[in-house]
Amino acid sequence: MKPTDIIKDKEYFHRVVDCQFACPAHTPVPEYIRLIAQQRYTEAYMINWESNVFPGVLGRTCDRPCEPACRRGRVEEEPVAICRLKRVAADHKDEISAHLPVIPTTKNGRKIALVGAGPASLTVARDLAPLGYELHVYDEQKKGGGFMRSQIPSFRLPESVLDEEVGYILDMGLVTHFNNYVDSLQDLLSQQYDAVFVGSGAPRGRDLANLPGRQEADDSIHIGIDWLASVAFEHIETIGKRVVVLGGGNTAMDCCRTARRLGGEDVKVIVRSPYEEMKASPWEKEDATHEGIPIIENHVPLEFVHEGGKLVGMRFEKVQAVYDDHGKRSLVPTGEEPVLYPCDAVLVAIGQENAFPWIENDIGIEFDDWGMPVLNPQTYQSSLSNVFFGGDAAFGPKNIITAVAQGHQAAISIDLFCNGQKVEERLPPSTNLVSQKMGIHEWSYDNGITTDDRKIVPLVELTSALQNRSLEVELGFDVQTAFVEAQRCLNCDVQTVFTDDKCIECDACVDICPMDCINFIENAEEEELRQNIRVKAVNVEQALYVSGELKTGKVMVKDEDVCLHCGLCAERCPTAAWDMQQFYYQVTKAASACKK
Amino acid sequence: MTYMRPEFRHPDLPVNDLGYTRKDYEGAISTLCAGCGHDSISAAVIQACFELAIEPHKVAKISGIGCSSKTPTYFLGKSHGFNSVHGRMPSVATGANLANRDLTYIGVSGDGDTASIGMGQFTHAVRRNLNMLYLVENNGCYGLTKGQDSATSDIGSIGKKGTPNLFEPIDLCTLALELGATFVARSFSGDKDQLVPLIKAAISHCGFALIDVMSPCVTFNNNPNSTKGYEFVRDHIAATGKTDFIPVRKEIMAEYNPGFTQEVTLHDGSVIHLYKNDSDLDLHDRLSAIQAIHRCKEKNEILTGLLYLDPDCEDLHQILGTVEKPLRDQDEEVLCPGSKALEAINESLR
Repeated sequence: MKPTDIIKDKEYFHRVVDCQFACPAHTPVPEYIRLIAQQRYTEAYMINWESNVFPGVLGRTCDRPCEPACRRGRVEEEPVAICRLKRVAADHKDEISAHLPVIPTTKNGRKIALVGAGPASLTVARDLAPLGYELHVYDEQKKGGGFMRSQIPSFRLPESVLDEEVGYILDMGLVTHFNNYVDSLQDLLSQQYDAVFVGSGAPRGRDLANLPGRQEADDSIHIGIDWLASVAFEHIETIGKRVVVLGGGNTAMDCCRTARRLGGEDVKVIVRSPYEEMKASPWEKEDATHEGIPIIENHVPLEFVHEGGKLVGMRFEKVQAVYDDHGKRSLVPTGEEPVLYPCDAVLVAIGQENAFPWIENDIGIEFDDWGMPVLNPQTYQSSLSNVFFGGDAAFGPKNIITAVAQGHQAAISIDLFCNGQKVEERLPPSTNLVSQKMGIHEWSYDNGITTDDRKIVPLVELTSALQNRSLEVELGFDVQTAFVEAQRCLNCDVQTVFTDDKCIECDACVDICPMDCINFIENAEEEELRQNIRVKAVNVEQALYVSGELKTGKVMVKDEDVCLHCGLCAERCPTAAWDMQQFYYQVTKAASACKK
Repeated sequence: MTYMRPEFRHPDLPVNDLGYTRKDYEGAISTLCAGCGHDSISAAVIQACFELAIEPHKVAKISGIGCSSKTPTYFLGKSHGFNSVHGRMPSVATGANLANRDLTYIGVSGDGDTASIGMGQFTHAVRRNLNMLYLVENNGCYGLTKGQDSATSDIGSIGKKGTPNLFEPIDLCTLALELGATFVARSFSGDKDQLVPLIKAAISHCGFALIDVMSPCVTFNNNPNSTKGYEFVRDHIAATGKTDFIPVRKEIMAEYNPGFTQEVTLHDGSVIHLYKNDSDLDLHDRLSAIQAIHRCKEKNEILTGLLYLDPDCEDLHQILGTVEKPLRDQDEEVLCPGSKALEAINESLR
């Protein structure tokens, strides 16, 4: 293998920071976790705010792609509770207004329309407002937040937290057009906007329109996301005692738990697929189960059973999952009698779709066969050069953190576009690599590896939780627990940096490395090296760090997979050929792009 | 700041026949200087004992005084240990071995502990063919007292202090060969591929096994003009050949060139293969070993690898005809036959 070029290849060490690499917005996770351990909550919050805009919201509701990626999960069983630590920063921070960007009073003369006041649009606004843009936000609801407000129940995300973080952005001098549904892009474009950003989400919940009884029992059948929105805006306050929720995603979990709080006593989730294959996050399924909600798998809806238009139950066919040679699943009826589940109401939470009935066909925005806008995947620019998309509206329903990440990129594009620059010519991320050495056996990060198990977030007592729709269920970590959890972080951003020409090949690092990561062997092609090292490097998603040729003709090969970043290689190195250096990776934002 | 070894180990660590991983053979974290050759030797002992699947509680580690003699703390943390008086490791090892012949004895010593203060003890352990592995961690200086030249330091070699050594060195391998050692090898801490099989063979050998290991002192004797630094040893190393240790049960797979390969079956049935670089060396011939060492020395080379082996020797227990059972397994009647037995012995001497 060729020597690893840690300087030119900015992504090499980024990949080593598994959590940050997995985060769509590339939040510098280990850095803010260290700050939490040091009780520097405000700074930890601001690092988050800089990259993911809604730390308090995400600290409760994020899909957490970082956690399955966490190296700790490979070293032992459970990853660091990254998401809940983020919440700790938000819960314990001081007043942050002094840290927020200054919004120029003299504007730059550019006017941007943002359709939808959800996470994607607000991120664009957050990035462009400090640059002097005049920003107009349109939303059909009376408050900002988009799906974060309408779809996430307040027992998971208190309204005050959402108001605060949405407020930071609205207070940047945005012009809000709430209670204002945009029904024509043509109209919007005619209002002299320099660019339009579409962050209108995926607003249409899927229905079972053709199932027998659907029309007749319509009064007791609700589309999940619409129902949740009606609950959030207090148009609906009760539901029947027996509720069936259809669907296996996170919306279904939110529906069933909300139903429990609105008077549902016998609430069931009934899903087509096997339990293990449900789309809902494991922890959301656990939360529903904890609230006494059974999840019934392998049941396909057959009909809504009604008596003269009054819903009395739902009939299901029992199926089993069968997989072909390619692993493709089909649900095959077991042949058993259909089962009837009596119920008073059904919530249909079987997915959601994009819908752009307000975008005219003839104004130059191309759509693909699935009704999605044709976009450049890096710039989010549509075929109409001044219209950009982001969030669920761009590539279909995902999650908040993805919407934020796309918002940042769209903001760069809009800024470049408005300055007459090519939107494809974007600056690379900024990276830095700084030694953490302070003395012998002394580093500026805490390199001791603790053995504590992952901490569980305490919950409010169940009975009171179910009585109050607005009572937040999770209590969050206290500062002591947060410290213990933060110390579980392996500091994967503090990199083991190797300097070939200082090495005397004494093997001290090989002998001390607790994880057998380090090897001095004959060079070979990657596949062969992966077999030849002390413990075979079977996880091919993790890179091998290869040095140049050493004096004996061997090379140093380090398998990054389960490195604890404990720094013992550097502590035992007599010549400082190993050093622990903090790698800081920051996604370039619109603000820096304009300084080019 | 920390100086603690994390508890975690690689989740895919191999296990040996006892179901143990290498972690079960580790000791406390080393307090020696960073880069010390001794730490590599400790790692090699750990690897060898792991591969041999020795039960840790059936090993006794015995040492004297010095940097080298500290190292038994850093390997086999679940084994017996005795950190004895300077140069007196062989006496303690002899006593322990006579009391309990069922344990594996690993004596660790340095060039000072063996070639200076402990010379008298070392020579007698050799000539008695005490069943043990005697590891010399040889760095050519007294590291623990700021790096004075030791008795194994080569003439003209310059340590950190900058003055050349004036005296002839003691070559422990040739000395041991003269004294009738039954297993003699030399190795280098920076070459585990060679050292690990040698340690395994030495542990399996029934008799006195000396491995003299060049082990650079990074702090006091790793200068360009020192003959025991990493660079000098690497540049001047010559090997008798590649050693393979094949445990009893395993089938021999490797193909070899008969003229250059020597195969030795040990007492316990395990086999050592030496793929020789020098066809003149005969592992069963002391003279050929001494000659090979001298030939290399004349060329300013350090000869490493297995040098001599007598697998059919009698160890101290066989020579003395001691009882089979360890003393701790004998009952009181045997151990204390009483005043009548004493009287009978006294009577026989009158």
